[in-house]
Amino acid sequence: MSILVYTESENGKFKKTAFEVASYAKAVADQLGTTVTAVAVNADDVSELGKYGVDKVLKVSNTDLKKFNAKSYASVLKQAAENESSKVVVVSSSADSKYLAPLLAVNLDAGYASNVVEVPSSTSPFTVKRTAFTNKAFNITTIDTAVKVVGVSNNSYGLVENTGSATTEDFSPSIPASGVTVESVDKVTDKVTIADAEIVVSAGRGLKGPENWGMIEELADVLGAATACSKPVSDLGWRPHGEHVGQTGKPVAANLYIAIGISGAIQHLAGINASKVKVVINTDPEAPFFKAADYGVVGDAFEVVPALIEKLKAFKAANA
Amino acid sequence: MKILVCISHVPDTTSKINFTDGDSKFDTSGVQFVINPNDEFGLTRAMWFKEKQGASVDVVNVGGPETEPTLRKALAIGADSAIRVNTPAVDGYQVAKELAKVVKDGGYDLVIAGRESIDYNGAMVPGMLAELTDANFVTNCINLEVDGTSATAIREIDGGKETVSTALPLVIGGQKGLVEESDLRIPNMRGIMMARKKPLNVVEATSAETETSSVKFEKPVSKGAVTLVDANNLDELVNLLHNEAKVI
Repeated sequence: MSILVYTESENGKFKKTAFEVASYAKAVADQLGTTVTAVAVNADDVSELGKYGVDKVLKVSNTDLKKFNAKSYASVLKQAAENESSKVVVVSSSADSKYLAPLLAVNLDAGYASNVVEVPSSTSPFTVKRTAFTNKAFNITTIDTAVKVVGVSNNSYGLVENTGSATTEDFSPSIPASGVTVESVDKVTDKVTIADAEIVVSAGRGLKGPENWGMIEELADVLGAATACSKPVSDLGWRPHGEHVGQTGKPVAANLYIAIGISGAIQHLAGINASKVKVVINTDPEAPFFKAADYGVVGDAFEVVPALIEKLKAFKAANA
Repeated sequence: MKILVCISHVPDTTSKINFTDGDSKFDTSGVQFVINPNDEFGLTRAMWFKEKQGASVDVVNVGGPETEPTLRKALAIGADSAIRVNTPAVDGYQVAKELAKVVKDGGYDLVIAGRESIDYNGAMVPGMLAELTDANFVTNCINLEVDGTSATAIREIDGGKETVSTALPLVIGGQKGLVEESDLRIPNMRGIMMARKKPLNVVEATSAETETSSVKFEKPVSKGAVTLVDANNLDELVNLLHNEAKVI
């Protein structure tokens, strides 16, 4: 009956979203009066999970799972859910989790709700709130099946620390053959990703050219943020496609989104609207982004950004 | 190669999002409906396979008669024929089940759907469909090549991309990158005329079960006006972000 949660790791280390989904699973477990079991695949140190409410960790160590594969991972989670007789399975909104969740749902005959932003308002019927219409609305949905899969939107629930500690059990599921083989991975490993970032610094055509991104990267460095860009910037080839955020690009649900030289087209705003706090820096006070933002600076990015970097460095030094 | 492209009928991005019937239904009045952008990238890639590799391309939608103009648009872009499964789309699982029957009956080798629709954003139909039809599955797909029965795809992952090899039958969750925005086609008059003569087959639904139910919609609480900070007083911005917003 335990709530099952998939805690993602990379190179043996848990991602921040792993702790967020664990915190969420703990809240659901409390509602249902049960415990939390996490599935950790090829993670080095699983003890950290206890801090976020996990009671038991099913530790899977298998070289066949070294590279993510949706079918294999979905099968691992299915076997774990059956092992634990879990009625609720919690996953994140990472690219990998969103890839495996529909497969897992079919395998478990489970209803699946994605982009869920709050703990269930009721557990019978099991009622969740999820984003819809590309962040322009919320949809209250019930999951009507006996087993349920819940995809938690990134940065929506946050991390909640607990006092408990987790026990560990080795778990050796069978790994089915998969018809999809990863041939190569092209990934920047030393940078925080847009999906995992708490802060995203994003810039648009107002930057005038790719040679001016140094200050954007420096601002991101100071804040420990990921860098992103608007669609025109990626279309012009100033920045890689993977940085394009907006409706047809990557969605952003950061705690803080800083938009520099981005006017705020509706397609852009749709993709970043799930971010909690939005700051806009733009020379044009009429830019639509000012209507969507919480804080705004009307000014030239080439003056404001370097000055802001200095102020933030001083702030970090004073608060270190 | 037989290709099926799944077409969602969605409100245009600039639509006002409102609800009726006690906030239980999307208010379609005055709303312009379009092909879901993620599906349109897939449809355009399918046209490439048709023109370069001699594939046939059908399009499908699960929905009422009101979705037919959107299917006609897909025909005008160049699809050979359209199928409408005559039932309202209620949840992702039900839609995937209806589509699975179309895929099995039609013997399709490659199914291209969008990674998600821009209205319900469930991002689940392509994966469920793959699982229900025992097909391989690649989502967030930004490049696709097919050679005989083998395929190579590039998938966008968090922080980068990965290249995978796979084989037909295959379901793709597509997005921008499958083709670029500049490759998208606006139907010309000839295409529109031809689309009128192309078959649009209405098939009855299997009455697939649903697994979730929409109770109601809520709109985000409208936020207050922006707090403007003087460009010469950025200490104030740092202060607000730290003490008021508590995000740094």
